[in-house]
Amino acid sequence: MSTETLALPRTQLSEETLLEMYWMMLLSRRVDERAWVLHRQGKITFHVSAIGHEAAQIGAAFAINRGVDYVNPYYRDLALSLAIGTTALDFMLGLFAKVGDPFSGGRQMPSHFNSHRLNIISGSSVVASQVPQTSGLAFAIKYRQTQGMVDPKDTSQPRLALTCLGEGSTSQGDWHEGLNWAGVHHLPMICLVQNNVYAISVPIQSQMAVKNVADRASAYGIVGVTVDGNDVLAMYDVMKEAAERAYNGGGATLVEAKTYRMTPHSSDDDDRSYRTREEVEEWKKKDPISRFQSYLQAEGILTQALIDDYEARARDEVDAAHKTAEAAPSPAPEDTLGDVYAPLED
Amino acid sequence: MANMTLIEALLMAMDEELARDERVFITGEDVGKRGGVFRATQGLYEKYGATRVIDSPLAELSIVAIGIGAAMAELRPICEIQFADYIHPAFNQIVNEAAKTYYRSDGQWRVPLTIRTPYGGGIGGGLYHSQSVESFFAHVPGLKVVIPSTPHDAKGLLKSAVRDPNPVLFFEPKKGYRAIKGEVPETDYTVPIGPARIAREGRDISVFAYGMMAHYAVIAAEKVAREDGIDAEVVDLRTLLPVDKQAILDSVKKTGKALVVYEDNLTMGYGAEVAAIIADEAFEFLDGPVKRLAGPDVPAMPFSHSMQEFFMVNPDKIAAAIRDLTAY
Repeated sequence: MSTETLALPRTQLSEETLLEMYWMMLLSRRVDERAWVLHRQGKITFHVSAIGHEAAQIGAAFAINRGVDYVNPYYRDLALSLAIGTTALDFMLGLFAKVGDPFSGGRQMPSHFNSHRLNIISGSSVVASQVPQTSGLAFAIKYRQTQGMVDPKDTSQPRLALTCLGEGSTSQGDWHEGLNWAGVHHLPMICLVQNNVYAISVPIQSQMAVKNVADRASAYGIVGVTVDGNDVLAMYDVMKEAAERAYNGGGATLVEAKTYRMTPHSSDDDDRSYRTREEVEEWKKKDPISRFQSYLQAEGILTQALIDDYEARARDEVDAAHKTAEAAPSPAPEDTLGDVYAPLED
Repeated sequence: MANMTLIEALLMAMDEELARDERVFITGEDVGKRGGVFRATQGLYEKYGATRVIDSPLAELSIVAIGIGAAMAELRPICEIQFADYIHPAFNQIVNEAAKTYYRSDGQWRVPLTIRTPYGGGIGGGLYHSQSVESFFAHVPGLKVVIPSTPHDAKGLLKSAVRDPNPVLFFEPKKGYRAIKGEVPETDYTVPIGPARIAREGRDISVFAYGMMAHYAVIAAEKVAREDGIDAEVVDLRTLLPVDKQAILDSVKKTGKALVVYEDNLTMGYGAEVAAIIADEAFEFLDGPVKRLAGPDVPAMPFSHSMQEFFMVNPDKIAAAIRDLTAY
């Protein structure tokens, strides 16, 4: 049960998969950028951004059984949500809070990703509350396997539960209690902390006295790993190992992805009040998409022509999603009254 | 039929639900080998094993949160909070999470979760083993709040709670765990969540209560019938959320007088809502003011016996309140 910084040999991924990862990162970025534009145009009221987090999320998504394993995301998980199977249109409908918003029917603020079909769980805005719930999902997986209700090898069933949160959220008691259960009950769970240095304005040294979030894993008897969150392949490797651990009865993993929020916290924030432009510019040099693009080009997998194709495709998807969502009707006011109680069975 | 205590009826309900549905499991502090500090789960660990009757870490937030996650995964958790006084660390998980999940997911994710917890005073428990916390939760749409006062209802309502697709808070009057006895069918029956029950029919005055106070109200009603010839009706609300408005209105329209009894603090207690329903929809039927008999507005119930008894509502206090309002 050690805390270690892994530098694994890179998992062999097909060129097709590598390009799919690149595409998902690019799509997330372009959707995200459009949301900022829409906000500045006054067409939407709120956006919370994933820019800078794409490698951490795409590396994570591709390491699990997407659409089957439980994922309990947080509000910054746009790329993760897209990679699991939601669409740019889904996001835009949520952004505009219009009819057809598949996340909440327009009830939640944007970026509260949800899809029962894809086993993405609708979260609240109270940070870290999803962590012990994810332990509950992982508990249910183990319960069903232990009781013989499912075959542990059946890949049509959830075999792990993944949750994400920021480093500031690890100050919450919910996080502690959730990981404690994960450790005590040896649960098939991954807790992915996307450490982007700031919780709105508060830097990490005001959140915790340890150097790495993952250092705390030993307190729960689980494996903790710190990884470069701007390196999508390093992320994939670490997450793949964590997923295999969960699938094979090895218990939970705490993964800390070191990354950086390249935008303000949200459209209501002004990060100039708490961090220097020089610092932001330094991190922009480590942009996860640029890094992956350079790697793929150097490997001869990605050409400029292909990049142009992806960009055009992303622009088309974002344009179409934006236009459709903007034109969609608002929910009926009376929808306020629906879905208070689930109907009784029978 | 068997004559048993309220807590024995609860144990029977859980035993039957564990046997009936493999998805049902129990977690909470000391619910395993110890069988619960009140022995509500006695013998279940031995019968169903450590996978289904699980001693939790000593942390209420996660007892509820684990239940929420497992319920979203379509298991049927029964989570025990050892005393209602300790439910507060889990308040966010109950109010912001369990209650809002169905609504915020546009009806996609449901939380079929039962949270059992003993509440109420008069047992020498002091500030932190005596609280009545039902009003906090009865204010939250998305939750169901249930409080039985008889062994029959305890078993039937708990089985309904376990089978309900929504989060149900099930408050158990701990002073009545062994003090309240009654006939309980050994069959697989349920009592629906929602409807109130007329515990005693009467013509002169309506007494609305739940849990231990419903039990006491019946004792008080018999006392005033004997001593004063007052024919009091006692309505055991049983479900606080959603409330059975019709039962409240039907009773008060018949008697014209309404007394609401609860052992929580008076101000903003559940009786305020009952009084508001009556004022709103039965005003012209009233022959007197709607009265509330409840605990004093102090932070909690003291430990000292003399102060505890001052705080507690009891059958004599209820009888006195019935007499006063009947004479109005």
